[in-house]
This record gives sequence, structure tokens and C-alpha cells, in this order.
Amino acid sequence: MKKFLLALMLCPTLMAAPARANPFETRLSNGLRIIVKEDHRAPTAVNMVWYQAGAMDEQEGVSGVAHVLEHMMFKGTKKIGPGEFSRRVAAAGGNDNAFTTADYTAYFEQVPKARLAEMMAMEADRMAHLELTEKEFSSEIKVVMEERRWRTEDQPQSKVYEGLMATAFEAHPYHRPVIGWMGDLENMTYQDARDWYRTWYAPNNATVVVVGDVDHKVVFRLAEKEFGAIPARALPRRRPRTEPVQEGIRRISVKAPARLPYLMMAWKAPKLQDVHKDRDPYALEVLSGILDGHEAARLGRHLVREQRIAQSAGAGYDGTLRGEALFILDGQPAQGHTIAELEAALRAEIKRIQDEGVSAEELARVKVQTIAGQVYKRDSMMAQAMEIGGAEMNGLGWRSLDTLLEKVRSVTADEVQAVARKYFSDDTLTVAVLDPQPVDANAPPRPAPVHHH
Amino acid sequence: MKRIHCLLVLLAGLLALPAQAAPAIQHWVTPEGVRVYFIENHDLPILDLEIDFAAGGAYAPATKAGLAGLTNGLLDGGIEGLDEEQIAGRLVDLGARLGAAVDADRASLSLRTLSSATERDGALDLMQRILTHPVFPEAIVEREKARAIAALQEADTRPDAIGSKRFMAALYPGHPYGVTPTVDTVARITRDDLIAFHQRYYAARRAVVSLIGDVSRGEAEALVRRLTAGLPAGVADAGLPPVSLPDAATIRIPHPAAQSHIWIGMPALKRGDPDSYALQVGNYTLGGGGFVSRLMKEVREKRGYAYSVYSGFSARREMGPFQIGLQTKREQSADALKVVDGVLSGFLHDGPTPAELEAAKRNLADSLALRTDSNAKLLGYLAVIGFYGLPLDYLDTYPARIRAVTADEVRAAFARHVEASHLVTVIVAGDAR
Repeated sequence: MKKFLLALMLCPTLMAAPARANPFETRLSNGLRIIVKEDHRAPTAVNMVWYQAGAMDEQEGVSGVAHVLEHMMFKGTKKIGPGEFSRRVAAAGGNDNAFTTADYTAYFEQVPKARLAEMMAMEADRMAHLELTEKEFSSEIKVVMEERRWRTEDQPQSKVYEGLMATAFEAHPYHRPVIGWMGDLENMTYQDARDWYRTWYAPNNATVVVVGDVDHKVVFRLAEKEFGAIPARALPRRRPRTEPVQEGIRRISVKAPARLPYLMMAWKAPKLQDVHKDRDPYALEVLSGILDGHEAARLGRHLVREQRIAQSAGAGYDGTLRGEALFILDGQPAQGHTIAELEAALRAEIKRIQDEGVSAEELARVKVQTIAGQVYKRDSMMAQAMEIGGAEMNGLGWRSLDTLLEKVRSVTADEVQAVARKYFSDDTLTVAVLDPQPVDANAPPRPAPVHHH
Repeated sequence: MKRIHCLLVLLAGLLALPAQAAPAIQHWVTPEGVRVYFIENHDLPILDLEIDFAAGGAYAPATKAGLAGLTNGLLDGGIEGLDEEQIAGRLVDLGARLGAAVDADRASLSLRTLSSATERDGALDLMQRILTHPVFPEAIVEREKARAIAALQEADTRPDAIGSKRFMAALYPGHPYGVTPTVDTVARITRDDLIAFHQRYYAARRAVVSLIGDVSRGEAEALVRRLTAGLPAGVADAGLPPVSLPDAATIRIPHPAAQSHIWIGMPALKRGDPDSYALQVGNYTLGGGGFVSRLMKEVREKRGYAYSVYSGFSARREMGPFQIGLQTKREQSADALKVVDGVLSGFLHDGPTPAELEAAKRNLADSLALRTDSNAKLLGYLAVIGFYGLPLDYLDTYPARIRAVTADEVRAAFARHVEASHLVTVIVAGDAR
């Protein structure tokens, strides 16, 4: 199969519709998928390796291990010592980093194009030969705990989000923060990280995405040379861990030093599963755009500028993910207004769409923004690589990207009104609020209390 | 074996460096005195444009700190014939994105639009009216003042905001760079202040237009004429007062946060200073080079003291700050600070090793391609080159200037710009419990 595919790629006369062929895709016999988007505007390239292993794949008690392993991936192999990976990327005139989400872990190097081969070789090396030692782990886990303090412990709104997710999801692993609970980090060992690496870091669980001033045929050959010998491995069964239907409103509050309260409201919502047949996820996407997709959108206009109830207000919906979806509204009440008033005002915005629908003009605006956004995205190689990799990880695939856009553009006003009526019941709502506390310099730091109700 | 491998890598690196010419920057000055910087690029059907004025925070009176930001932020709060909602709606309908930004020196409006004539001209005409004829409606001024005050009160609870404000005040006593908005200064600002500030500072002789994208030179000239038509001529920038250096000091601010937030620094660098190449090269080794810097190695990699630790120079019209920053568990802040002080004084004393110097120069020179590989990134360079009057061949000569830096030059430049007798340290939430 592999040989056949490669022959096809190397023979331009056999390639169908070259104009629509970009990006190009192939798959090695070990299951590694390679996607190349040629962009010849500048003599650079971005190399990404995506692993379909994120915080949602973790077991109880080792929350955060996906992200800890991401840190450990910079700690060396037999060939490349600790810290050497980044040093070599820097020597190539490039920069590198990585990120972990609930759904996946991804690594990238942005380099002058002539250095791409070297980057691919280094990624292949650490896909198969990471040296994970107790010594390096014991130092790096402290860094991760500092990262948690910085991102979450001292960030009141992050704590509210953490509490919201832990409350909205009881059975589904989105319950846990990607960075991990502090207690789990404190008790993690280097074997936990090694187990994670051995379980998930296999070519058949990875996708290489390259965008840049490259020839896809050359990249395919490089990929075969560098990654081709890494054996595929059986992956563990992924249990669905479905969230039971929520049967009643849930409310929590989080106390932290702050001045302004903060409110998040999250409703359970469907995610996109069948790109062609589903309708509701596209309509929810448009609804989110009408509420908060641009400068003239409803929440900013009505709540911040006209009624002046909110200091800030926003809406968000992501239906393209591995796990389960939420439709989230959030905001800070303006001076002199309460969380209760803001909650009522946000509910009134949903109610208004339930009762009155949306205008053709608003619908058109969201679509114009979507189209312009796609053109602007082409200015950034990284943004293009992110889009392709993300689509591969959530299971929809990069080939669905054009369809997603068409579908969003096909959404009608009636459909927007219908999803506003269908998915905003209190029974599936979780509300999390920040209860601001005076900044008492002499009070000992609190260990992040989150109250479940 | 390893050495051979490195040699091959080195050779590949040298071969991989064709003289990649930076895109040609075209420059002209309009009859009204607006300086224009333009890169023609037809790869994508888009146009990016920015207009910068010498109208940043440092130009507002200290008693009314926040005036520059409010003026800039409220330009699109209403124009004759269109209220703020109509303006926002029209831009959205055109698929255009209007941005506004203010730093100490500059106040900017930027526009990203499709380059097709209808969208482009529609967006540009609207931007022109926003720029030249803002109404600053009283009710909207009051609303935005209230929001700014609420945001300031919120910021005053945050260790990072508390510390960075105090840091700038300590670096620049008596200088506009040390002044930041407070509840009182914002409360004092009136609509008349906004009108007067706009009238005086948003003027042709203080303006620089940068643009890149899918238009010809002729089109670019016409677009700039249209954009700047109606700007008052105004008075060219007379500059800002010179900065005097503070005495070394350590300032501790109590706070209940889990982490200490630490800043170390001093006023250090003006835009266009010939030392800037040597300082960039040196700073790469000290704390600018991401994962490969000394600070990162000693503070994070070896000891696990911090997630983020960095150093950097922010060049400004007058001496902008050099600063080191980190956050660390409060119980270990004294130890972490000791390590940082050790790294800094070691670097000031010895400078970079030959290997560090080579690595820094190679990365800075070779990564220019990455830092200029999109219209958005190039627009950023254009605006800085234009606003600060850097040479037009700045990007072309950059790699060679970087490669020419010697270790002695790095040491000498650091000795001139970073002196222990002037270093200010600010620690928020630094006391162990």
C-alpha cells in the first residue's frame, strides 16, 4: 500500500486535480500520517508532530501527566542530551515549543526551510527514543508546579473555569484540568511519565504536519526516511467515558483575591459528528458568532455598551473536539451591578433569540467574518498548520475544513433560533462564579478552595 | 561521531543561506508631511495598514495619565453621521478589522482588509473619518472612563499588575515613562481633554503610515492621500525629556499570592542606539534566547524554580527599560533571586563564551527569515522603522550587523547600559511564611 502511494506521489501525471491537491497527504506503513501544505511566500517552514493523546486520556490520580510528558520530551534521547533539542533548533535559526490540550499534544519547530530535514530527524528520534530519567523528572515536575501556580492558583478566572469544568463533567474526563491537580502533580513519578510515553507515543497515534516553502514529495521522502523504521504499536482501547445526562442546574462559587466578580454559564451542547448530516453544531457556531463573533456582536453591544450591566461579556462554542461540547457565556458585571443582574441579562439575550430570532443582516455579518477570516489566515503558516493538525486530532480530518465553512455559510435564521430554543434549558446548565475577596497581604495563601454544590 | 555530525549540520547551515534579500521598502513623504513606508506584495488579496502618531502615553500630562489611551480607544466611538454601533457594523460588513493600540511613545490605528476595491476603499474611508473627525460623545466618554476605572481597580489586586506599575515608577521617577493611569487620573479626564489631545497630537507632521499588501505604488499613494486628508498639519514631535538613572533599590510589596513576582532592571536603551546589536546578541545568551539562555538554564532547567524567566531590552524614543522577570513559589523567592543575581553579575563580568556568542549570532541572524515571513510581521517592522527613523535597509543589513558583533563589544555595551548601581528590584509577595 505504501509503495503504491509513494509511486503515485512521485509521478505527477497521475496526480488528479493539482490545483486542489494542496495540502498533500500520505501514510507510512507504520500508520504515521503526513500532511504537507505548500506555501511558497517565504523561505521558511513549520514542522509539527501531533499525538492524539491529551489530558482526556489520563487515568484518575495521574492528572496532568500528558502535559508533564510534553515537558519531558525536551529532556533528551540517547543521541540528543537534555536541553540539546532546543539548542539545535535555535542553532538552525528557528524556534520550538509544544502544547497540550484535553484532546492532544503537539510539538513544533519554525525554521528556515533548508533546516526542515534536521527537525524531522529530531522529532523522529524523540518519538521513539526518549530517555526519561528520574533526575530530569524530579527537576521538571517542579517547573510544572510553578506553571500551575502561575496559570491557575494565582489566576481567579482560571480557578473559576477549572471549577466549572469539574462540575459540569462528572464522568467525562474533561472533568480534570489539563495542567493536573496539584496533589496529583506532587505524587507523580517518572514511571508515570514513562508509562504515558510508552502507551501513546507511537507513529500510528501521530500526525506530521508541514506547512511552508517545501516540495511535498521531498517531505514525504524525508518522513519515510526518518520515521519509517519506527514500529507501530497496539494502542489501548479508548473508552468513551460518556457523561450522563445532566438533570438539574449546578452552581459553584470560588473565593479568591479580586475586585470584580466573574460569571461563567455552561450548557451541555452537541458536538459535530457527521460533517455532512449534522446541522445543530453549525447553527450553534453561528449563534456564538452573533452573540460575540465580532466588534458589532450582540453581547458587547447590548450588555457592555447599551445597558452597561457588564464590564465584559462573551460567548463561546467549540463543537469540533474529541470529547463533549459546552456552550459557554461569561462576563464581569459592571461597577454597581451584581452577578445576579448579569446572569439575568445573559439569559435575556438567549431568550430574545428564542422569541424573536436573528436578522438576515446579523447572519450575513457572521458569514462575511468567516470568509474574511479564512483569507487572513493564509498570512500565517503557523495558523494553517494549526488548522490542519486540529482537524486531524478531533477526527474530522483536514478534508472536512472546506465543508465546515460551506456548512456554516448555509445556516439559516430559523436554525439559529431553533438551537437557541433547544439547548438552553436550566437542567443542563452549570454556573460558576468568582466571589471576590479583599486582597489581604497578611493572609496566608489559600490552597484554592472549590465548592461543589 | 558527534563532531562530524555537528560539522555537517554547520555546513548545511552555511549552504542554506542564500542572500535572501528582504522585501524592498518604498518610502515617500506626502506634501502634508506624513512619512510613508510601503512594501508591495501581491501573494494574498489583502492589505495591512497602520498609522502611528507621536501620541503615546508619555505625551499626556501626569495628572491625566490614561488620556492617550482613552483618546485612541474612543476614536471609533462616533463620527459625524455614524454612531459607534454603525461604525462597528459597517467594518464587520466589509470584513475589515480595525485595531487601536497605545504604548509609551506611539498611538496607532491599524487596518486589515481584503484588497478588492469595494472592501478596501470602504474600510479606508471609514478609517479616515474615524481618524480625522471623531466626536467623542459625552455619554460614551463617561462609560469608557467607568470601565477603565473598574479595570484599574481589578488590576490593583493582581500581583503582576501591581509589580509592573511599581517597577516603572521606580525606574523613571519624575519622567513620563514612570507614570501609569490611576483611578484618580482617569476620573479627572474630560471630553474636552480628549478633543484637545486629538487635535494636537493626531497631526500629519507627527504621523507615519506603513502599509503592505496587494496594491500598486500608485494605488498606495492614492490610499495614503485619502487616509490622511483632513489631518491637521500640526507640529512635528519635539521629543520627550531625557531620562535620568535611578539609584539602585529593592522594593518589597506584600501580597497573598502563591508566587512571588520579581522584576530587576533599569532604563537602558534608545531606539537607533548603535549598541543595540551588541545588546541583542548579549541578551540572547543572558535571558532572551528562550530555552537556551543562561537564566533559563540556571533558574528553570537546573533548579525548577520558575516556569518563565527572561531578560530583555525594550528600546524607546528615550531610554526604554532593560528588565529581567520571573515568578516563583514565594517560599523560595530569596533563593531564586540569588541565582538570578549571580547569573546577571557573572554575565556582566565575563560576557558570553565564544560558543554562546556564536549560537546567539547564528540564531538572531538566521531567524530573521522567520520573523518576516508574513505581512503581519513585516508590518510590525515597517512601523518601527518608519516611526523611529531607522534606515530603510535595516532588515537587509541586520544579519551582517549581528554577525559582526564581538564578545568585547557585548561586554562593553552591557557595561554602558546595565549598571549595578542603577538596578531596581521589585518583589511582590516575596516574604516566606
